[in-house]
Amino acid sequence: MTIGVGGWGSRRKPMCLVRAILRSDLRDLTVVSYGGPDVGLLCAAGKIRRLIYAFVSLDSIPLEPHFQAARQTGAIEVTEYDEGMLQWALYAASCRLPFLPCRAGLGSDVLRVNPQLRTVRSPYEDGTDLVAVPALPLDAALVHLNRADAAGNAQFLGDDLYFDDLFCMAAEQAYVSCERIVPTAELATAGRHTLRVHRWMVTGVVEAPNGAHFTSCAPDYGRDEEFQRTYAAAAKDPGQWARFAATYLSGNEAAYQAAVAAPRAVASA
Amino acid sequence: MASRAEVCVVACAEAWRGDGEIAASPMGLIPTAGARLARAAFEPDLLLTDGEACYVAGNWALGQPAPGPVEGWIPFRSVFDLVWRGKRHVMMSPAQIDRYGNANISAIGDYARPDRQLLGVRGAPGNTVNHPTSYWVPRHLPRVFVPKVDMVSGVGYDSARAAGRVAAEFLQLRRVVTNLAVLDFGGPDHSMRLVSVHPGVTVDDVVAGTGFELAVDGTVPVTRQPTAAELRLIREVIDPDGVCGGEVAG
Repeated sequence: MTIGVGGWGSRRKPMCLVRAILRSDLRDLTVVSYGGPDVGLLCAAGKIRRLIYAFVSLDSIPLEPHFQAARQTGAIEVTEYDEGMLQWALYAASCRLPFLPCRAGLGSDVLRVNPQLRTVRSPYEDGTDLVAVPALPLDAALVHLNRADAAGNAQFLGDDLYFDDLFCMAAEQAYVSCERIVPTAELATAGRHTLRVHRWMVTGVVEAPNGAHFTSCAPDYGRDEEFQRTYAAAAKDPGQWARFAATYLSGNEAAYQAAVAAPRAVASA
Repeated sequence: MASRAEVCVVACAEAWRGDGEIAASPMGLIPTAGARLARAAFEPDLLLTDGEACYVAGNWALGQPAPGPVEGWIPFRSVFDLVWRGKRHVMMSPAQIDRYGNANISAIGDYARPDRQLLGVRGAPGNTVNHPTSYWVPRHLPRVFVPKVDMVSGVGYDSARAAGRVAAEFLQLRRVVTNLAVLDFGGPDHSMRLVSVHPGVTVDDVVAGTGFELAVDGTVPVTRQPTAAELRLIREVIDPDGVCGGEVAG
C-alpha cells in the first residue's frame, strides 16, 4: 500500500494518524513524504518497505535519527527525488497524466540511483530532453489541518498549506485529521483563501486536538522543541528508545496525549 | 579589526553583488548574515524571506523574528515556482564538493547503505540547473573538498555538460566561501579556482585543505576587509550577539 503523508519536515504532520499506523498491523508500506518524524516513527516501527522522499529532517534538528539508522542498516528501500520532482509526481497523479516533464534531476545522481526514471524529448522545435517524472498515485493520503467541517472541507490557518491538497488529490482515499471540527459557516470567517482542501478530495475526517504533536501546527501551537529533543536523543539509543516507546507509544492516542501532558503538569506544579 | 567570521559574512554577501531584483536564499547563519548585509550595504533590490513563508523588507538580527513589513507570501509551492523561473540565488552548505562543483548533501558512502545518511538531495538538483548557486563551507577540509562526491545532489559543470543543454543552460556556480578562502569556477573547464585567501591564511593552508588540484593564478589576493559601514551593520543590526563567531573562530 502506498501512503502519502502531508506537512513538511517537522511541520503540521498528521502524527495522530501516523501513531494509529504504529498501532495497526499495516506493514510493507510505501511511504511518500516531505519527511519528518512521521518517517522516523514509521522506520522505527519497521512499517516502511520503500520510502519516496526528497529529504527527511526535524528542521530545528537537521537529521532524523531513525531515518538515518534505517538507511545506514539498509532496512528500507528508497526512491530519492528532488523536492520539485516529488511535487510533479503528485501533480501528475492528480491530473491523471502518466508523467510531467521537468529540468530538475538532469545532471544529478537522482537519475543514477533511480534507473527507472526516463527522459522525454520535446516534440517541439527545441527538441530538448527533459526528465519525465512518473505519476505517483497514492492509495491513501493523510493530512492534518487546523479546522474542518464534518463533510471534510478542511482549512489551514498557518502560513503554508505545504502540499496537502496535492497529496489528497493524488490519492484514492484521503483522510484529514484536524484540531477542531467546526460548523461549515465558521470556516470562511478566517478568509476564503484558507479553504483549499475540499470535501470531494476527502474520504474521512477526524477531530484530533494536538494531533500534530510534536510537530508545529501554527497558529494553534508551535513545535514542541523540548519533546522533539527528547525524541531525537532517545532515537539514538536502543535502551532509551524502548523506554520512550513504553512511555509514549504503548497506548492509544488518548494515552499518548495524557503522557505528553503529564511531565508538564509536574513541571508547572 | 574584523574577525574571521565577519570577513566570511562579507565574502558571502559579495556572492549576491550585481544580482538585482531576485530572491537571495541563504542556508545557515553566516550566509544569512551575508544576504542581509548585501541588501543593506550594496544590493538593495534583493528579496529576503523571514525563514518561513513571507518576503520581508528591512534588516534585522539573526535569531530574531523579522519586523517586516511583509512584501509577499511565498509558501513552498511558490518557492518551487520561483526556482523553476530562475529568479533566485541560493547559498547551500555541502558535506562534499568536488573540483567541478558537484555537491553532496544527501548521503556519505555507498548509496545503497550509506556510512552516514544526511538530509537527502532536497532541492539541490533543481536549484543548480535553474538558477545561480553558491556554497558556504565552514570548515575547509579535504573530507569536504573531495575528488569525487558520493551522491551528486547539486549539479557541477562536468555533470551538466554531460547531461546536455537543458542541464547546462542555466547552471551558474558563482562562488564557494569557506573559513579560509573564496573560490570560484574560473579555472580550466570551469574547475575550482582560488580567488582570495582570508587575512592570516596562506595559499598553502587552502591547498592543504583541498583534496583535489586547485587552480591558482599568479599571486592570490587577500579577501577584502569589511568597510566601516558594513562592520556597523554586522555588529549593531545583523549579529549583535556575535553568533557568527560561534561558527567560524578567530
